[in-house]
Amino acid sequence: MGKPLRLNTIVPGEKVRVIEIRGGGQHLRRRLIEMGVVRGAPVKVQRVAPLGDPMEIRLSSSSLSLRMAEAHHVIVERDV
Amino acid sequence: MKKTDLKIAIAGNPNAGKTTVFNALTGTRQHVANYPGVTVEKKSGLLKYKDMQMEIVDLPGTYSLTAASEDERVARNYIIHEKPDVVVDVIDASNFERNAYLTSQLLELGVRLVVVLNMSDRAKSQGQILDIEMIKERLGCEVVETVGSRGVGIGELKDSIARAVNRNPKDVTLDYGEEFGAFVDEVTDSIAAMKGGVDYASKRWIATKLLEYDPQVVQKFTDTYRSLGTTIMNRVREIRKNVEGHHRASLDILFAERRYGFAAGLYREILRKEPSGHRHFSDSVDDLVTHRFIGIPLFLGLMYLVFYVTFTFAGLPMEWIENGVGWLGNLVATYWPGDGPIKSLVVDGAISGVGGVLVFLPNILLLFMCISILEDSGYMARVAFIMDKLMHKIGLHGKSFIPMVLGFGCSVPAIMATRTLENRRDRLTTMLIIPLMSCGAKLPIYTLFIPAFFPMAWRPRVLWLLYLTGVMLAILLIRILRSSMLKGESTPFVMELPPYRVPTLKGIIIHMWERSKLYLKKAGTIILAVSIVMWFLTSYPKPAEIPGAQEVRGTAIEYSFAGRIGHAMEPAIKPLGFDWRIGTALIGAMAAKEVFVSQLAIIFSLSGDESGISRLTEKLRKNYTPLIGICVMLFCLISFPCMATIVMTKRESGSWKWAIFQLVGLTMLAYLITLIVYQVGIRI
Repeated sequence: MGKPLRLNTIVPGEKVRVIEIRGGGQHLRRRLIEMGVVRGAPVKVQRVAPLGDPMEIRLSSSSLSLRMAEAHHVIVERDV
Repeated sequence: MKKTDLKIAIAGNPNAGKTTVFNALTGTRQHVANYPGVTVEKKSGLLKYKDMQMEIVDLPGTYSLTAASEDERVARNYIIHEKPDVVVDVIDASNFERNAYLTSQLLELGVRLVVVLNMSDRAKSQGQILDIEMIKERLGCEVVETVGSRGVGIGELKDSIARAVNRNPKDVTLDYGEEFGAFVDEVTDSIAAMKGGVDYASKRWIATKLLEYDPQVVQKFTDTYRSLGTTIMNRVREIRKNVEGHHRASLDILFAERRYGFAAGLYREILRKEPSGHRHFSDSVDDLVTHRFIGIPLFLGLMYLVFYVTFTFAGLPMEWIENGVGWLGNLVATYWPGDGPIKSLVVDGAISGVGGVLVFLPNILLLFMCISILEDSGYMARVAFIMDKLMHKIGLHGKSFIPMVLGFGCSVPAIMATRTLENRRDRLTTMLIIPLMSCGAKLPIYTLFIPAFFPMAWRPRVLWLLYLTGVMLAILLIRILRSSMLKGESTPFVMELPPYRVPTLKGIIIHMWERSKLYLKKAGTIILAVSIVMWFLTSYPKPAEIPGAQEVRGTAIEYSFAGRIGHAMEPAIKPLGFDWRIGTALIGAMAAKEVFVSQLAIIFSLSGDESGISRLTEKLRKNYTPLIGICVMLFCLISFPCMATIVMTKRESGSWKWAIFQLVGLTMLAYLITLIVYQVGIRI
């Protein structure tokens, strides 16, 4: 297993895998699951908005935008 | 057997093409209303098929059916309480897994389901092949492939709906795993053992929701059973506490994961060929649209285009409407025998009132054409993506930017544009501050007062300063509102960036038509009524007739209710530097801001037309100081928006409460600021 990282620290172009969602409140956690940010899901950081926040991530078949503060709660690892 | 009045609900994720399927099924026979008590819109239409008459309801697009948002509550309550005969679940075929999460919740509710794999052409072009028969077998329901935007598969969909009406839903039990499954079984049994029992939904569903501690279901359960339900609720709390201790997560999160697991499992089972290399086109567009340097200028350029189309293109038809209404007024005035109150009511009250309503129509049509294109193409989500950092800083959502910019043109369409905001608090906040974006109708006031009191070189700066004051006040108010009345946990920003799509002409036209109809029906009637009241206030009571004298016009208005109110107000507005004449003109300005100018001209016994207004400048210089000039402009900028705006706020916020709050709040703010400026101003 790779080292646990926070999604907001991942740079565009990198591919990671979701380990868990840590903290952030019920609303955010449930919303992320509903949108497919679940344990084991492969995620690619696509880009960061022109003003530096939010970021766009690519899941297997959809694209999501989330604020850096929200990405902070998503713990990911690099594929080994 | 003749079947009538079947209820069909359409559910699905946002961006799954729900609306195109709905439009394809119902055509233009649509009806838009609000769900009782909330601002969420209920769109319904009629479909006659074979011997059946179906009412089709387009539920709000949601990713889930929890009680987390108003949209989700509305969709869920409709399914539970209205018990539609069939629920059509529109799925974006190229995003099956995520969309099937909602399907899993519909299955749990035990509805008669028809699954629609929409945009199947796109999914196929990406090389994805799904086993339709397998979906039918696993979910026990009808499955149809469609391309809603081109009407492909709609005939089959109608057939499937008709068949589904008589088909009993398969009892699909979601697997929550051994541990959680046992809890669900236990609570289900406890509910079943209760006297009376619950009947509004399946016991298993209620058990699941109690374990999730769904606020709505828990509330209803404890209200219905009071002490009887206490044992069950205590057990539920105990289970939740234990689970949280073991899993470091609450049951609603764990259940959500299991449901997603179901969706993912189903997808793996039915997937015959994986899609490959999709979104190339969207990606290249996004590289440009969200580019570090090009993204924002491009957006501002598009914004300018929307502004230009909405307000400049609309200029000509608006002129036609104004001329047409003027012509009609003259025609009636010419052929109406004699003079009298009824004639004046018809010509100056009703006809010009109708004109005042119709004049916004070109704006609204064009604005909603633009908004439809921006939304349906997927660009609106990018607007939020680009602008969110800035807007989040002042306490709003990225999407609030568009309505705010439109506010510089006219508050009425701008308030309608807040519809693109999903979160109610964001919507309300944006709506309430929009009048501070100095609208086009306030410009005539500035162009009268600025040249009257300021030398040429100062004029642009004063004008710019006025606009800036409005924006700064808006930001301040947003902050205040967000930390007081409209406080609350900010909902997650997490938002889908859908692939770009070509908007359909049909979709755009239906959208434009729908908005215009709503405007004319809901707002138009009230605006018309208020116009007539305003006409009455400025024309009655009449002084004794002194025919022919031009001077009499000024005295007539002074004699009217508006003039009397102006006089009565004088003590209150004196500290702002205003006299009764300004007060009276302000009352006239309630109908529309630009009326302030013509009213003032009439009060100074000048004609309300251009020559009168040019002479008004001299009168203003003679009667008022530059400080008063600034105060008038400030007051007009901040104070009560015109009645059309108020009516729109009422309509879009769903209650008079917010409209009156906006009216009173802004007027008080205007009073306070003008008071300070004037009082400080006369002392320096």
